Amino acid sequence: MTERVVIVGGGTGGSVLANDLADRLESKLDAGDVEVTLVNDGPDHVYKPVWLYVPFGQRETADGRRRLDELVDDAVDLRIDRVTDIDTEAEQLGFSDGPTMGYDHLVLATGSTLRPERVPGLAEGGYNYYSESGATDLREELLEFTEGELVLSVVGTPHMCPAAPLEFVFMADDWFRQRGLREDVDITYTYPIQRVHGNPHIAEWARPIMDERGIEVETFFNAESVDPEAETITSMEGTELDYDLLVSIPPHGGIDLIEEAGLGDDGWVDVNKHTLEAEAAENVYALGDTAATGVPNAGSVAHYQAGVVGRRLASEIRGRPATATYDGKTLCFIETGMDAASYVEFDYENPPAPAPPSRKLHWSKLAYNESYWLTARGLL
Amino acid sequence: MTDIEPDKTVDARGAACPGPLMDLIGAIRGADSGAVIRLLSDNEQSRTDVPEWAEEAGNELLAVEEGDDHTAFYVEKA
Ligand SMILES: Cc1cc2nc3c(=O)[nH]c(=O)nc-3n(C[C@H](O)[C@H](O)[C@H](O)COP(=O)(O)OP(=O)(O)OC[C@H]3O[C@@H](n4cnc5c(N)ncnc54)[C@H](O)[C@@H]3O)c2cc1C
Repeated sequence: MTERVVIVGGGTGGSVLANDLADRLESKLDAGDVEVTLVNDGPDHVYKPVWLYVPFGQRETADGRRRLDELVDDAVDLRIDRVTDIDTEAEQLGFSDGPTMGYDHLVLATGSTLRPERVPGLAEGGYNYYSESGATDLREELLEFTEGELVLSVVGTPHMCPAAPLEFVFMADDWFRQRGLREDVDITYTYPIQRVHGNPHIAEWARPIMDERGIEVETFFNAESVDPEAETITSMEGTELDYDLLVSIPPHGGIDLIEEAGLGDDGWVDVNKHTLEAEAAENVYALGDTAATGVPNAGSVAHYQAGVVGRRLASEIRGRPATATYDGKTLCFIETGMDAASYVEFDYENPPAPAPPSRKLHWSKLAYNESYWLTARGLL
Repeated sequence: MTDIEPDKTVDARGAACPGPLMDLIGAIRGADSGAVIRLLSDNEQSRTDVPEWAEEAGNELLAVEEGDDHTAFYVEKA
């Protein structure tokens, strides 16, 4: 009997895994003993880190798109359709267009969705660079913005790439300086808890840089509502800020199907944080943003986790015990301006220690962005 | 033991910081004024984070209960 592996989501985690399995199980795929299907709700793979550079006119959103059929090994069946139902009892998926499909092993890699509607007025009053359209709309605004209050508000956690809000304010500070406008622009950064980042080590590193550069900070700021007419944002803690340009990191959630399938709250799958197996169902893995492991929602995490799930699935399919585990490894470059960046690497046991910002690290980040397509192909 | 009846319990045991506090904030966001949320956390930092945030946001921390392997915080939404 052919064993069917179905991966839902052709983003970073799903694509790396599909290519990893094509490589690891090559002979079994050739012999027809195994089938690997990758399902994605659109024909393109989207590389989101490019969006950080779009508002500053440095990249185009098209730079972050490639056709999945060019990235994914031919031995993988690619199905462009949207999964609309997950039945873990019957081990079956429903789709918006095509017929249902059974699986022996299911991997959920459906990523994050933005939920700005959770804060009244946020969608109307705020910009974001966490979507393609958001990034291009913000570019138009930013180019015309020459004076006033720029507020960057981190509304919810977890959100994609915990470094990206810091990167945005550091880059904006430098960008306005280089254009001779910094004195006319006030930058305020808000964060929900009592420090500037969820990770205390990164917060300790970032705070002095913000102070030095005159980036105002409002901590314990949980946005409750935005008044687009009055151009104010108010927090649950009772603070009101005026803005001329509001950039937000909107609340995130996973996809509703996950909650409907009883796999976890808010669309995130409850998993064993070492094996990445779903807690609530058999033969289901989750990886990347959708797996609730407590580590950042980052592409590097999705990449490492794909390697672990690939090794585990290959062992299971060969009838051997799965021994590969995920140790929480996360790796991030953090832009600290338009031409300098820092770098952190950490895991469940070892906390991050941000490297001193340098041009070399900035170029490493840009070089990684270029070579990302090799990562997605499973080559790097 | 407290005899406070919570309207909702948020079980954040096992979550790393700032997960438990963010889970509490999320629950308070969706609750009505006067509702009591019980947060279960086994993260050390919650012992300072939760009272500090409750005070900042004007919500009342009604009770803190030490369990064997976790702490329960009862917070009433203002
Ligand atoms: C501005 C920005 C900057 C970032 N910078 C970095 C960075 O520098 N470094 C870093 O490591 N990470 C960064 N990230 C985070 C990174 O992009 C994500 O964490 C990563 O993409 C997660 O991978 P994933 O595979 O879990 O999900 P995704 O890559 O989001 O893929 C999910 C896929 O599933 C598909 N899908 C969803 N639901 C369904 C369904 N029902 N049926 C079929 N298909 C479905 C989606 O269309 C999508 O293709 C950044 C993110 C943003 C927004």
